[in-house]
Amino acid sequence: MNESSPDQSPQCREPTPDEITRRRFLEKISIAFAGLGGAIITVPLIGFIFAPLFRKEPVVWRTVGKVGDFKVGETTAVEFLDSSPLPWAGITAKTAAWLRRTAEQDFIAFAITCSHLGCPVRWQPSSRLFMCPCHGGVYYEDGSVAAGPPPRPLTRYSVRVQAGEVQIQTKPIVIQRA
Amino acid sequence: MLPKTLKKAADWIDDRLGLSATLGPMLRHLVPHDARWWYVFGSATLCAFVIQVVSGVALAFAYIPSATDAYPTLQFITHDAPFGHFMRGLHYFGASAMVLMVGLHMAQVFLFGSYKFPREMNWMTGVLLLGFTLVMGFTGQLLRWDQNAVWSVVVAAEQAGRIPLIGRWVARFTLGGETVGGATLNRFFAIHVFIIPALMFAFIGLHLLLVLRHGVAEPPRAGEPVDPKTYRANYNALLKKSGKPFWPDAAWRDVVVCVGMIMAIALLALIFGPPVLGKLPDPSIIAADPRPDWYLLWYFAVLALLPHGTEQAFMVFGPLTAGLLLIALPFIAPSGERSPRRRPWAVAGILLTVTAIAALWVVGSKSPWSPNFDPEPLTAQIIGATNGPVFVGAQLFQEKSCLNCHLIQGHGGRRGPDLTFVADKLTKSDMIIRIVNGGVNMPAFGATLKPGEIDDLVAFLESRTKHKDAPGSAPLP
Repeated sequence: MNESSPDQSPQCREPTPDEITRRRFLEKISIAFAGLGGAIITVPLIGFIFAPLFRKEPVVWRTVGKVGDFKVGETTAVEFLDSSPLPWAGITAKTAAWLRRTAEQDFIAFAITCSHLGCPVRWQPSSRLFMCPCHGGVYYEDGSVAAGPPPRPLTRYSVRVQAGEVQIQTKPIVIQRA
Repeated sequence: MLPKTLKKAADWIDDRLGLSATLGPMLRHLVPHDARWWYVFGSATLCAFVIQVVSGVALAFAYIPSATDAYPTLQFITHDAPFGHFMRGLHYFGASAMVLMVGLHMAQVFLFGSYKFPREMNWMTGVLLLGFTLVMGFTGQLLRWDQNAVWSVVVAAEQAGRIPLIGRWVARFTLGGETVGGATLNRFFAIHVFIIPALMFAFIGLHLLLVLRHGVAEPPRAGEPVDPKTYRANYNALLKKSGKPFWPDAAWRDVVVCVGMIMAIALLALIFGPPVLGKLPDPSIIAADPRPDWYLLWYFAVLALLPHGTEQAFMVFGPLTAGLLLIALPFIAPSGERSPRRRPWAVAGILLTVTAIAALWVVGSKSPWSPNFDPEPLTAQIIGATNGPVFVGAQLFQEKSCLNCHLIQGHGGRRGPDLTFVADKLTKSDMIIRIVNGGVNMPAFGATLKPGEIDDLVAFLESRTKHKDAPGSAPLP
C-alpha cells in the first residue's frame, strides 16, 4: 500500500487550463445541485417537525361543573380537556386547575403548575397554602409566593358562570421566561 | 474435502469483502505495552452502548409510542411478555452502566492528560458523546410514559423556556404544542430512537477513527511533558520499541470487563427489575412527585439549592458554561505535563466534581427541601399533654402544615429547621414574630391563624426543650 493519490498515477497528465476551468465549474454545479436536492427535502421536513411552534391553538371555555357543586370558600381540583386535543391524545389531553368559589357567583382558578419549574402544586386546606412537591415552593391562598424558589405567583385561569355552569378558559402551560 | 471447500469459500468471501485487509490492521494496531486496566472504560462504554442498542431494538418490537398506548404496552412488556421484565431491566441498568462508564472514561482521560496534543478532537467528540448519552438518559426516562414522565417533560420545557429570546419556542417544541398532549411522546420517541442514536453511531465511529489515527495515549510519566514538536516522533518510537498489537494483547482486558459488566447488568435486571411504572400519564392527577432517574438526580438537587435570584441565569448558563468548558479543555491546557502527579489542580478538579455530584446526589435522593405531604402524626408521648394549650397547639402544628416542613423528634418534614428543641433557641416573642411574619423560606401565618391559635401554637413550641422544668414545658407522662 503506497500513499500515492490518483492524481499522480501515470495515465493522468497535467490538466490544461480549459480542463481546470471545466472541473471548477463541475464542482460548483454539483455542489449547487446537491444543495437544491437537500433543500427540497429539508425545508418541508423542518416545517413538519417545527409545526407545533406555529400552530395557533384555539381558546375555548370548558365546563368543570355546576355552581352548586362547589361550596363557598372551598378550593377544589377540577379537570378539563385541552382546547384542541389530538384524536389519540387520550388522558394526556387532560389538565387540572385549583378552583375556588369565593362568593355566590364568583370563582377564581389557579394553574396547578408551579411557576418555578412546572411541578403540580397541592392545596393544603387547613393551612390555606399551595405547596410544590419538587423544590419546595409555597404559595398563599391568593397564589402569591410564600416561600421557596418560585419567581412569580401561580398563574390564574379566567373563570365564568354561564347558565349555572362553571367554565374555565383553556390556556397554554405558562412558560416562565428568564 | 469439506473443510477444504469451506476454507476456500471463507477465503473467497474475505478476499472479495476485504475484511482481514481492512479490519486486520485496525485490530492489530500497536498500543503502548503498559496501557492496561486503566484503559478499559472506553470499550466498556461502547459495550454498554451495544447492550442499549440491542435491548432498545427488542423493546421497540412491543412498545407503541403513542400518548394512549405507550402505558398499556409498557405494562404488557413488564408483566406479560416473556423476558419483557428482564428486557426493560436490561435497558435501564444498561443505561446506568453507560452513564457510569462514560464518567469513568472521561475522568481517566482527564487524569492521564490524554486530551492534550494531538488528541484534542478525541476529547471533543467524547464530550459530545457524553452530552448525547445524557440526552438519551433523559428522553429514555420520558418514554417510560407514566406520570413522572409527563411532569418531567413539563419541567424540561420550563427549563428550556429560560433560554433568552428563543426559550418559549424551545419549550413549545419540547411539549409538541402548548400543553402536554398527543404530540408530546412521539417527539421524544423520534429523538431517543432515531436522531440521537444516529448521531451516536456517527460520532462513535469518528471517535474510534481518531483513536486509530492518533493512537492510544501512553500512560503518563511525570517529567515527560507533551511538546507538540516532538510528541508524535517520540510516540511512534515508543510504539516501535515496545508497542503491542491491540488484538489480542490489550483487547482481552476489554473483553473481560465487558463480559463482567454484561453479567452485572443482567444480574441487576434479574434481581431488581426495571423501574416501577408510576401512575397513569394523566396531567390532571395532582398528587405527583416528579423525580429524575438517578443519573440526573444531582442536577435536580442543584435546581432546588441555588440561591434565590441566581437560578434564572444558572438554568441556562450553568449547563452551557459547563459544556463549553469541557469542550474547550484541550485548548486551555494543550500541552505540558500529563502526569496527575504534576497536575494537582486536575486531581483536585476531579475530586471536587465527584464529591459535589455525590453530595448533591445524596441530598437529591432525600430532597429535604420538599415538604413531607404525609408526615407521621405526633404521638401523645411526643406532645407530652392530652389537653390544654400544649395539646391544642400540637394539633394546630399538624393542621396548619407546620409539620409538613418541620421535624419534631423525627416526625415531619425537613424543609425548615428541626423544632424538637426550639424553645432552647428562640424566645416566645421570637416565635410569635417568626410565625406571624414568616421568614426567608417560611410562609407568614399572620393572616390564617387567629390570636388564640398563635398562643396555643407557641405554648406547644415552648414545651419543646431539653430542660423539662423550663417554664411552659409540660410534664412528661
